[in-house]
Amino acid sequence: MINEKPTIKSSLKALLYLLPMLVITVMFNIWPIISSFLMSFYKDYNFYTDEVGGLGFDNFLYLWNDPDFHLAVRNTLIFVAGVVPTTVILSLVIALLLNQIKVFSGFFRTVYFLPFVTSTVAIAMVWNWIYHSDYGLMNYFLGFFGVHPINWLTNPHYSLLALIIMSIWKGLGFNIILFLVGLNNIDKGYYNAAEIDGANALQRFWNVTIPLLSPITFLVSVNGIIGSFKVFDQIFALFQGTPGPGKADLTIVYYLYQKFYTEYKYPVAAASGVVLFFLILLVTLVQMWYSRKHVHY
Amino acid sequence: MAKKLSKILLYAIVTLGAITMLIPFLWMLSTSLKTAPETIKVPPIWIPKSLQWGNYIKAWSEAPFARYFVNSVVVTSVTTVGQLFTSILAAFAFARLKFFGKNLIFVIFLGTMMIPGEMLIIPNFVTLSKLGMIDHYAALIVPWLASFFTVFTLRQAFQSTPEQIYYAAKMDGATDWKYLWTVLVPMSKSTITAVTVLQVIGSWNAFMWPLIVTNTETMRTLPVGLQAFTTDAGTEYQLLMAASTFVIIPMVILYMFLQKYIIAGISKAGLKG
Repeated sequence: MINEKPTIKSSLKALLYLLPMLVITVMFNIWPIISSFLMSFYKDYNFYTDEVGGLGFDNFLYLWNDPDFHLAVRNTLIFVAGVVPTTVILSLVIALLLNQIKVFSGFFRTVYFLPFVTSTVAIAMVWNWIYHSDYGLMNYFLGFFGVHPINWLTNPHYSLLALIIMSIWKGLGFNIILFLVGLNNIDKGYYNAAEIDGANALQRFWNVTIPLLSPITFLVSVNGIIGSFKVFDQIFALFQGTPGPGKADLTIVYYLYQKFYTEYKYPVAAASGVVLFFLILLVTLVQMWYSRKHVHY
Repeated sequence: MAKKLSKILLYAIVTLGAITMLIPFLWMLSTSLKTAPETIKVPPIWIPKSLQWGNYIKAWSEAPFARYFVNSVVVTSVTTVGQLFTSILAAFAFARLKFFGKNLIFVIFLGTMMIPGEMLIIPNFVTLSKLGMIDHYAALIVPWLASFFTVFTLRQAFQSTPEQIYYAAKMDGATDWKYLWTVLVPMSKSTITAVTVLQVIGSWNAFMWPLIVTNTETMRTLPVGLQAFTTDAGTEYQLLMAASTFVIIPMVILYMFLQKYIIAGISKAGLKG
């Protein structure tokens, strides 16, 4: 009975169970994947009549020649580089500290995790107010350190930094939880063994905790990079429906949104989605290759 | 002595971090209870002279927030229940039934999880406008009625229950359907709760998709409505903060009650990545 082979009858029955999910995913996941790859090669697409003028690389050439797209890629990369390493390091440190705490540890976990469950749009409104150049908290606090008021949301030199700070704050809790789970999974025996061998706290940290935590660190970085590549909601809400002052916060997904929703250039938007896909794929492959060499499972 | 000192230092750092995490929330609450002149006091005040609860009523009535609220509740609950239903059935098939092409289908679906969801927006929008569903609840709900991520998580949970129970149930003459709903689902309650809560949070906070598929004011969900409200509220930050508060509050309450499931869900979902 255990090693039963599938039969036509058992397959038909399974199909009934799979059917609801299959219908929806084929229609709204599988087909759209094929369709958006195809659409990225459309020439002169007419949305209303569904007429396609032919296939070609025009849309990718358009992206190649569009300074806005270059800006979007650049901003996205800066955003990823600004958010991910800081988030990984900060959340690791906080997780290590929380792991040492017994009293109130539940309370602290709740607090650190709170931003994760809150609506990005709602909290971006709050940050918009925090960043207010005259009455905002940020400039008020910075004033204690003698920093002159900064136009966080209207100065193109600072607006991407404003977005990065908010995103780090929002994403910390999620990663702290993952690190805490990882720390919990480390067998206490390793620490005891290291202690018997005369390793001090710092040595135990470098030679036990860090290597055994590397799968989580890897996971958190991959998740972080992929998530940050797709940043959109924060920008739309923080800059009230604009890509920041002087397009300083224009990212790839924001570009996709603009081409698609405000300029009706569907094929160009689809092409930018394809570029996003390959960028993410590239990062994932590089990380998989790297982890095979350096991550200890 | 040194040990005690390091303990104090430890708590000091953790507390400082916690305050940093809380400040935006406190600032939001504080502002939401101020008068307009109080919001622009320099240096800022944290506790208003008299608490302006009226700001909440004013914000609620200045935009159709009641309608947004109903929309969000409808979309979130139908999406969550529907997705759970399709996922439980599919996860059962993957966990217990034998069928041709099982591995192939599974691998294809795993592959689709790598595709950024933002890529699917354009074709899905085209499909839904051809079906005449744009600006209806259907557009907000139907594309999300299946999630391979949920199927994957549930399959894992189903597989971890003893297979012998399945054969015993069949021996006793129970149908697969009955086994699924009276044995497997109750046994996997904690995982099901975890994916449900994560789905509720995700649906409630979703922004880009509802922004794209709704045109009329009456179809907006809370986050989209809140975003639109900024144009009306302008610089009345006390009203904006009151509105932000009532968008955030339901999920915070949910989180307070179901924290352990959310965290379990994240560790499960995250760890198998």
